[in-house]
Order: sequence, then C-alpha cells, then structure tokens
Amino acid sequence: MADKAQIQEAIKTQGEVVRKLKAEKASKEQIDEEVAKLLELKVQLGGDESRHQFTLKTAKGTRDYNPKQMAIREKVFNTIISCFKRHGAENIDTPVFELKETLTGKYGEDSKLIYDLKDQGGELLSLRYDLTVPFARYLAMNKVTNIKRYHIAKVYRRDNPAMTRGRYREFYQCDFDIAGQYDPMIPDAECLKIVHEILSELELGDFRIKVNDRRILDGMFAVCGVPDDKFRTICSTVDKLDKMSWEDVRSEMVKEKGLSEEAADQIGQYVSLQGGMDLAERLLQDAKMSQSKQACAGLTDMKQLFSYLQLFQVTDKVVFDLSLARGLDYYTGVIYEAILTQTGPVPVAAAQNGAGEKAEEGVSVGSVAGGGRYDGLVGMFDPKGRKVPCVGVSIGIERVFSIMEQKAEASAEKVRTTETQVMVASAQKNLLEERLRLTAELWNAGIKAEVMYKKNPKLLSQLQHCEDSGIPLVAILGEQELKDGVVKLRTVHSREEIDVSRAKLVEEIKRRTLDV
Amino acid sequence: CFLVAFPAAINTLGLAGHRSRLCVRSLRTLSGMTVSHIDEEVAKLLKLKAQIGGDEGKHQFTLKTAKGTRDYNPKQMAIRERVFNTIIRCFKRHGAETIDTPIFELKVTLSFIYDLKDQGGELLSLRYDLTVPFARYLAMNKITNIKRYHIAKVYCRDNPAMTRGRYREFYQCDFDIAGQYDPMIPDAECLKIVHEILSDLELGDFRIKVNDKRILDGMFAVCGVPDDKFRTICSTVDKLDKMSWEDVKSEMVNEKGLSEEAADQIGQYVSMQGGMDLAERLLQDAKMSQSKQACAGLTDMKQLFSYLQLFQVTDKVVFDLSLAHYTGVIYEAILTQNGPVNVAANQNGADKKAEEGVSVGSVAGATTAWWACLTPRAGRCRVWGSASASKGSSPSWSRRLRRCAPQRPRSWWPQHRRTS
Repeated sequence: MADKAQIQEAIKTQGEVVRKLKAEKASKEQIDEEVAKLLELKVQLGGDESRHQFTLKTAKGTRDYNPKQMAIREKVFNTIISCFKRHGAENIDTPVFELKETLTGKYGEDSKLIYDLKDQGGELLSLRYDLTVPFARYLAMNKVTNIKRYHIAKVYRRDNPAMTRGRYREFYQCDFDIAGQYDPMIPDAECLKIVHEILSELELGDFRIKVNDRRILDGMFAVCGVPDDKFRTICSTVDKLDKMSWEDVRSEMVKEKGLSEEAADQIGQYVSLQGGMDLAERLLQDAKMSQSKQACAGLTDMKQLFSYLQLFQVTDKVVFDLSLARGLDYYTGVIYEAILTQTGPVPVAAAQNGAGEKAEEGVSVGSVAGGGRYDGLVGMFDPKGRKVPCVGVSIGIERVFSIMEQKAEASAEKVRTTETQVMVASAQKNLLEERLRLTAELWNAGIKAEVMYKKNPKLLSQLQHCEDSGIPLVAILGEQELKDGVVKLRTVHSREEIDVSRAKLVEEIKRRTLDV
Repeated sequence: CFLVAFPAAINTLGLAGHRSRLCVRSLRTLSGMTVSHIDEEVAKLLKLKAQIGGDEGKHQFTLKTAKGTRDYNPKQMAIRERVFNTIIRCFKRHGAETIDTPIFELKVTLSFIYDLKDQGGELLSLRYDLTVPFARYLAMNKITNIKRYHIAKVYCRDNPAMTRGRYREFYQCDFDIAGQYDPMIPDAECLKIVHEILSDLELGDFRIKVNDKRILDGMFAVCGVPDDKFRTICSTVDKLDKMSWEDVKSEMVNEKGLSEEAADQIGQYVSMQGGMDLAERLLQDAKMSQSKQACAGLTDMKQLFSYLQLFQVTDKVVFDLSLAHYTGVIYEAILTQNGPVNVAANQNGADKKAEEGVSVGSVAGATTAWWACLTPRAGRCRVWGSASASKGSSPSWSRRLRRCAPQRPRSWWPQHRRTS
C-alpha cells in the first residue's frame, strides 16, 4: 500500500510537470518525454486495478441520474418529443463514437475539446462532440436529400467543467433539423414555431426568441467598413453583447481586434436595433445597409419569415435582433436563440453550446435553445460535394433539466419515481400466498402493483412504503375479508377505507386511477 | 509491377477514391492477394491521389460508421421505440425506478474494453455492461434496497480472434432487485417479469429454464467432480444447448480429465427437466440428498415454484438441470418458435450456432439483463441477453446474438395492440 501511495504522489507531481510544460508551450519532444514518464507511472499503478472493478466516483464532469432526476427527465423528453411528432418528425440514432477523421476539421478551435479513444490497433475513434456532424454524415452516407428528424442523445466535450453551474463533459443534446431543398423560409418558420411550442409547454416562464441572419450580419460589417478577413473575429466579439456591455465590446473590437473606432461606432448603431417585420423594412430602406446585396437578400427573407411567423401566431415572442451573432462557423442564413426572461433568484446552469453566460440574481439567465440555417455542411461530407440545405434547432436540455429540478425542489409536491397504483398488503400473518395471488391478478389486468417481499410484514411498514413512494391506494387482505370475498381498498392520503368485492376490485382501481 | 496493374484495376471497378470491400474482394480473386494487402495498397494510392488532388475539403475520409457500430434509421427507431415502451411498461407495472450512469467509468483493465486516450486527465474506459456501474451507484449512494431498470448502450471491443460481424456498440436492458428480503420472492417476481415481457412482445412461444448454482455444485460434488474442476466442468455442461451429450461427455473426459464414471453420473442428472415435482424427487434422491448445498437449493426451488404458481407462470417455466451458469438462481428464456433463423450467441469465447428450425435467445441472470429486437427477417424476433452476476462481484460474461443480414420486411408488426 505504501508503494501505491508513493506512486500516486509521483503521478501527481509528474502531472504538474506536464501541465507546466504545456502552459509554457515547451517543445513537443520535451512534453512527450514527460508524458511518457507519467503514463509509465500510471501503468504501474494500474497493475492491481483489475481487482477493483470500480472506484467510488464518476469520471470528472459526469454524473449519475438518480430516479428523481430520471422521472423529471422523462417528463421533459415526453413533452419535447410529442411536439416533434406533432410536426411530423422522424427519429434517428447514431453511434456514440465516430471515426476520428469524420470529426476532424469541423469544430475549429473547439477541436481540442474532443475526447479521443485510445489507439488500440484498430480505427482511430472519437466520441461525438455534437449531433449535427453525425447527422450530416448520416445524410451523405445514405444519400438522403430530404428528412425532418429529431435526435436526442448524449454528447461529449472535454470542457473544464464548472459543475456547480451545471457544465458537464457528458450532456444531452436535443436536435431537430429539416434537411432538403424547399421554398425559402417555410421550414425555418416551422423550426421557430416548434421552439415556441416546446418552451411554452415546458412552462419555464416567459421567453424570447431572437432572430438574425448571417447575411445581414456580414452585410452590416461590410457597409460599416470591417475588412473581410476580420468578419469572423468581429462577429465573435459582437456575440458577447448578451453578457458584456457595449463599451466593453467596443473596446475589444478596437483594442484587441484592431478595428477602427469609426467602424466600431457604426456597428454600435446597428446592433442596438430590435424589432419585427418593420425593422427589416426600415433597414431595406437604410441608405448604408441597402448598399449590401447580401444584407438585402437576408432582409427580404427576414420579412418573409415574419409573415409566416404571423400566420403561425408566434410573433409575440420573436424579435429580430441585430446583435445576435451566434458562434458556430457553419451557419449560412437565419440564426436564432431563445432566452428565458424570468427574473428572480434562479441560479441556472450555463449554456452548453459554447456560449457561456453569467447568471445573476434578477437578470435573464441565458439561452435555452439555439439554431439556424447551415447549407454547406452536408456538402463537406458528400464525395461529390452535393449540397443538402439544412435548418435546425438544438434545445438546451441540460439547462431545462436544471430548471425543472430546482422547481421540483422548491415545490411542496413530491416527485414520484415509480408509477405504482396499488400496494397489496395485509395486517395479519401467513397471508403471503394470498397477497401474491392478488398481486398477480392485478398485474395480469395491467394494473401497476407492488407487494412487500416479506412473509409477514407489519401493516405500518407497508403503509409507510406507500407514503414514501407516493402510492395512492392500498388493497388490504385479511382472514375475514377473504371469507367474505372482499378486499379493503384504502386511499392513502385520506385514510378512507371501503370494502370492495374481489370480482369488482380491478374495475374499481381502474376507475379511481383514471380519475387522478 | 503490382502497383502498376493496380490503379487500372481500381479504375475499372469504379474505385475512385475509397470504395467498398465488395470491389476489393473481387480483386482478391483476380490477384490472389489478401484483403488487408489490398487495403494497404489502396491507402497508398489514395495518398498519392491526395497529393495531386489539392481539394482538401472533400475526400478526406471514408463515409462510414466505426467498425461494429451502426446508425438506426427512422424505421428501426420506430421499432425500437415500441419495444422499449412495451418493456418499460412492464417494469413500471412492477414498481421499478430507473437510473442512468455515464458512458465512461474510471479505467478498468480488461482486454475487450474501449479505453479513452490519455489526454492528461483521468484514465477512462467505456462501460462494457450496466452491472458494474449499478454496483458503483449503490455503493456511492449507500443504497441497500432498490428495484431498478436501466436501458442503455454498452461497448465491447472484441478479441479479433472471435467471429467477425459482431456489434461493438449495443443495447443492454437490465432489471435488478437489490436488497435483503425473504427468500425467493423477488426471484419469482423477476421470472414473472420475464414472462410478461416475452408475452407482451409477442415473439412466439418461449420457455424459461431455471436452475440453481447450489444444485449444480452439489450435483458435481456427489458425482465425484473434484472441487478444483467445478468451474470448468460447469462451463462444459453449459454447452449442452448446442452440443450433443456425447460431445459434452467427451470434452469432460478427454479435455478436462474427468473420470468416465463421474461424467456418466452427471449425464443422468442433466437430462432431467420438470417442475416442483422434480425438485421434490431430487430431495429424495439417495445421492443428491447427500449434498447440503444441493438440498438448500432444491428447497428454495420448491419455494420458487410455489410462488410461480401463484404468479400463474408455471406453464412456461421449467427446472432444467443442464442450465449451467451464474450464481444463485439462474434462468434463461428461449424462444421455441420454428423458423429459418440463423442465430449465433457468444459466451465466454465460444460461439453457439442455432440450428435451422429453432430460434434461440437468451435472457439470463439472477439479475436479469436482456434486450429484444424485432428484426426485418421474416417477422421473427431475436432476444439477446447479457448476464450480470449478483451485486458486488464482477460480471462473468456477456452474450450477444449475431445479426443476420436484414431482408426486406413484409408487413410484420401485429396490427392489434394489447392495452396495458
């Protein structure tokens, strides 16, 4: 054991050495050498690990879901999936790991956050980083040109998890995408309608969906005098407006990104603009903006989008906001983001799609959904470069879980982890057989029932179990009742009891549980 | 000259860039080369082409999923959803909760595991079953009693010596009751659940074989098997569902060094099947009753059957002395439907082929773990199982059925649906 402790200590020290070298950007050879030493130490430690098949913790950035969390999760998924189905979406699933080369080059700077699998002599593999790239691969592989699909699954990022703020390395993504060549803006409008429905049904409080368009952004940058090669970097700075003040954003553009003050000020005038179809119309008339063909195309589509949104009755929550500049590189058209506007002391998990935000007391708490149009991605996978235009949305489901968990915590109502309707119990001894017989009858009739795994349990323990689990009814057997051919049916919360004939018991239970 | 001939051949077969193994195999017959040899040369060719190519964005890779994994298309997802709904409905009917655990755990040293690359943090491995995470969850949360189901994917990177065509990413569906209770009641409920699920899924007729490790061990003891040969003889007996008795006997005697006499005695017992009556008979059996262990197992078996009677499932449950795996009460369900199903199961490295006319599936374990899948093959269903040992110890094995190539389905999902 002493040896083990020594090795662990050595590993810790060596780990520091490696980290320091990496931070100092030392030479590759040097780093490799020290990493090798570290690995060797780990192997030494690993020797007798086969005995301990598990350690008592989850991997960093991951967590188990206990039954309460699973119950909440199930409710959330059911709400979301029923909305997707209402809109005619199909469902697919893909493997948890892809060929490393499939993911290479798709995530820009974020690529360093990808989990690689060890080279064990076969193909090089990586855990999926999102559901969009696997989707594009699926479309290309199966030569699919048109599909409306949802996909809810876990993805993996080697982030530095701030777990107290709900950032994990393993987390759910919930994607909905419409792929295919269609008349402009109709599928885009349906995506927004879906976001509106889901957020309303989840009852998370008030929300807004901000909309913008890549072409309008780029056009705006162009007419404000931003050099072409600075578009993306200025874009990512503007993106920070939801958590930084304009002054700080302007300062970053000018001081760090080398933009002229004049250009920055011109941008400043535009990004403060918000509105609806009217704003799009105004900008089309705007002397400067109308100089950009790109911007005009985007603005015309934006007007079209809003006309459809009016028909879909969702304009109350949708706002055209020129400061929206979502991070990912692959958007080519409309982009959108939904935020909760609820004020109040709700500490909420940070967004997981690379856009972190601060949650302060009484301030809007970050995005719960985001997406846009990305027409070029599938073409990157197709051997012939065939394009399949796509528009979609990703629901920030971990944040939703987090909010729902807090709501459950705060509310007086207990979250049930089982759906049992009846407990089959007895107060007297030697009635196990009768209890089992009745329980089987109930199961065979499709009723959800439990029975205690004890020959002679105390009535009190059986009732306590009902209280603990939220089981609403107890069917109590006794010698006398058996002779009379009845069962005592007790309502747990009111303690009311009635005698029900054995023959009518199933019917009575079904009637009562239907009422609930 | 090989390299010179090759590009021509590739172009003739339309191998522009990366292509399917089908084309490459036909190359094999042309030139007498092995597939891997060809792959090597193709890779070199692609590299050369890439040098000329210049357009990096397009042909960087082969469009495929990782070996042993596959996408689920919408039709498959629709089936999967229905199967899961049926199974989960049953679990809920019995008051089970559900949990979920991360896809990777801190590293384990086993040969068939997917390891994550050491990227400077903890060493991790993808989970290969759901029992070890379950045990960890119980220990971490100091839980002594729980009835839980867990349906999730697990990952096994097979020994390359094993048969190809196996899935490396596949679903497991576990149901476990943990806790100290009066004997055999939870065990009986597990069997009731298996019965309900297999009935609800309408896979056709099935049987659930039951045995007990104590009865097995007791039997080996009274037949004269030396203690140190128990495990190995047990694994040979386990092959009775795919090998004839002659072959099993031969393996026991010739390979495992068992005396012929002991083998014959075992032979007499393992041919026995029955219900509560068989358990009673064996308790009276002169030889068997000498083993205290066996008697304990047989008494519990009688108790089990009495509960199964109350649960109304004895029509499909059979006490079968040839069932030879796991700890505690063990059981396995098989589909008995006739049909041209070609199924292979892998257990402890040994392949099991089903013969024409018999479908084979297994559900097993004192802790039950299994998955049912409706495949497009003529409307038949295959169930495959993964065993888990009772809590605390490491699982002994996992088994999967090999899939056949899917065929075009007729309308094969029953139109009517049972209301729950």
